[in-house]
Amino acid sequence: MSDASRRSNLPPLALHVPEPKFRPGDAVDFAEVSVPPVDAARRPDTADAAAGFHDLAFGLVRVLDLDGTAGGQWDPRISPDLKRQMLRNMALTRAFDERMFRAQRQGKTSFYMKSLGEEAVSVGAAAALASDDMCFPSYRQQGILISRGCPLTDMMNQIYSNRGDKLQGKQLPIMYSEKGFGFFSISGNLTTQYPQAVGWAMASAAKGDTRIAATWCGEGSTAEGDFHSACTFASVYRAPVIFNVVNNQWAISSFSGFAGAESTTFAARAIGYGIAGLRVDGNDVLAVYAATLWAAERARTNAGPTLIEHFTYRAEGHSTSDDPSQYRSAGEPTAWPLGDPIVRLRDHLIATGEWDMDRHAEMDRELAEQVKAAQKEAEKNGILGHGLHQPLDSLFDGVFEEMPWHLREQQAQMVAEEEASGRPWARK
Amino acid sequence: MNMIQAINSAMDVLMDRDPDIVVMGEDVGYFGGVFRATAGLQAKYGKTRVFDTPITEIGIIGVSIGMGAYGLRPVPEIQFADYIYPALDQLVSEAARLRYRSAGEFTAPITVRSPYGGGIFGGQTHSQSPEGIFTHVSGIKTVIPSTPYDAKGLLIAAIEDNDPVLFLEPKRIYNGPFNGHWDRPASNWSAHPAGEVPTGYYRVELGKAKIVRPGNDLTILAYGTMVHVVLASVEEAGVDAEVIDLRTLVPLDIETIEASVKKTGRCMIVHEATRTGGFGAELSALVQERCFHHLEAPIERVTGFDTPYPHSLEWAYFPGPVRIGQALAKIMKD
Repeated sequence: MSDASRRSNLPPLALHVPEPKFRPGDAVDFAEVSVPPVDAARRPDTADAAAGFHDLAFGLVRVLDLDGTAGGQWDPRISPDLKRQMLRNMALTRAFDERMFRAQRQGKTSFYMKSLGEEAVSVGAAAALASDDMCFPSYRQQGILISRGCPLTDMMNQIYSNRGDKLQGKQLPIMYSEKGFGFFSISGNLTTQYPQAVGWAMASAAKGDTRIAATWCGEGSTAEGDFHSACTFASVYRAPVIFNVVNNQWAISSFSGFAGAESTTFAARAIGYGIAGLRVDGNDVLAVYAATLWAAERARTNAGPTLIEHFTYRAEGHSTSDDPSQYRSAGEPTAWPLGDPIVRLRDHLIATGEWDMDRHAEMDRELAEQVKAAQKEAEKNGILGHGLHQPLDSLFDGVFEEMPWHLREQQAQMVAEEEASGRPWARK
Repeated sequence: MNMIQAINSAMDVLMDRDPDIVVMGEDVGYFGGVFRATAGLQAKYGKTRVFDTPITEIGIIGVSIGMGAYGLRPVPEIQFADYIYPALDQLVSEAARLRYRSAGEFTAPITVRSPYGGGIFGGQTHSQSPEGIFTHVSGIKTVIPSTPYDAKGLLIAAIEDNDPVLFLEPKRIYNGPFNGHWDRPASNWSAHPAGEVPTGYYRVELGKAKIVRPGNDLTILAYGTMVHVVLASVEEAGVDAEVIDLRTLVPLDIETIEASVKKTGRCMIVHEATRTGGFGAELSALVQERCFHHLEAPIERVTGFDTPYPHSLEWAYFPGPVRIGQALAKIMKD
């Protein structure tokens, strides 16, 4: 111990370990979550210097009010058709999640992760980006693939690791790779995609291209070193990239305080890097759309990167392997003051006379049928656990472009082992 | 040319042919690199193809992977191999796995250049030989030249390769071959036949070892600086050793190794890296498995000790001619 007598007039040091407000069994009151009015946030010019974004990094860009009206400087004033399209994509994402979550519970696959409550973050962004802009997602942006028209059956084939799986059963479910839809291969390693997105954007700029990159991570993984490296690189080279931080309050069981949220916002991280920072209501798809469109224009005009914090709530468990009732109050998802992104857009469209509850119910029925039909189609290719669906020797494909001798030897050994084993799949 | 000039020439020749090649790293741009390996390239090819980076190895490799995904062919530099560890996640989890996990949709055609190895009083963090960490990773190739001629030809092959390649440059022999006699005058590449380097394009294929000294008494497997130390040690010991410069560790030229050991009946492995879990262990296992009935003596490993690389005790640590000579005497007696 140190010599305490010299500092005897000071209390002993105390280590601060963050603690979330509500634990299992606690009554939830989110009164401290500030929800500013929709006209509170100004919309700066996309060429403005990053140094002036302090208010936007600590404020909240909103368009849709909780009563269904839209307004403020960020209102993108888009057509009802586009709004209905986004509503449909969010609802389809939710229907897909629901069905695949159930498929995991039925033992048809090993794993799934829902994006319940966060559908606006990916659907709004996908609507604002050009279809050939490159996305470097984390594992909870399935709404991008759905918005870009990726066939649901292809996604399910990947989830089932079946014979229709383009990734040959090599990847954990939901770790999609869809180059044709501008969707970069998902990695299990958090935030590695951040510097990769910057590199892609730098390459596009170096080649005089017009395409930009966008990347996503959760608030928890902003703590990774890759986040810092990516922000530094993006700022230094003014890379045409959009950083999205999906602040859904939870990183598995750790609340956002463990990523630093007690002291600042995630959008405010941008300030120190010289990057434009926007904090956006992540359950407001029009705000997400408007902020992404703004950031895309900034990137496309060589004005530099933008960091968007999407303030939202992870309404479901982290994954099918997680039980949130063990670490947070069951009351949180319904008490979340920013509501549900689908309900909010639905109510807005109804309030403006562009939608009604019957059409909504009909859409939900139709989407459930669409997902069900896609699932039926995918299951024709098999489900996980009902035999190995890929050719045995494909296990060695793609380690290198050409298979070196040591892999050829191991491949021959494995095939011989399986043939001798009498295991059912070896006879196929 | 010395090895630095040869490496510089490889990048120059390829950048001239392929506009998608970009060179990046700490101090590689205007300044031309702390070892001068990229000197003149920025002036010739411009700042968007040869540029300085922030000091973040995660970023250098992560950004390179993203550029590769776009369609470029990045050649990032890590200033010292001792500083590659912050980038391990990007190299191991991303570059090495990208082709496999995306079933070929995305690839990482990057060549990571990095000076490595000791013998320069570099102490703990300017002397390490981390090749064994990377040879353990599926999906990445590891290449180590020992002469200017090979350095250029191998680097050209590495950059043209569509898989990620770790290209480790033995900095002790950048300017001249080193026989391990630190107390004798240094020589330079101009007096060595492999210092003759064509100015134009040529390749030395990856995955092919080179017999640098044919012999019958035993086979010695080495790479990098140790090739020259071994050659000197063999002459001093008067042993008719067959010395094989592996040049590429993954994929390894097993045929050349196997044929040699079956001929000589003895095998010694020499590397600077620490012993336990080092690449020598893999070499030893392979030779034992494939040449067991031809072996007349236990396989001998002469390596760095299992300690961090020391500063003042460098020549007691470095596997030089004395240690190799003693090992030669032992293996020939067995």
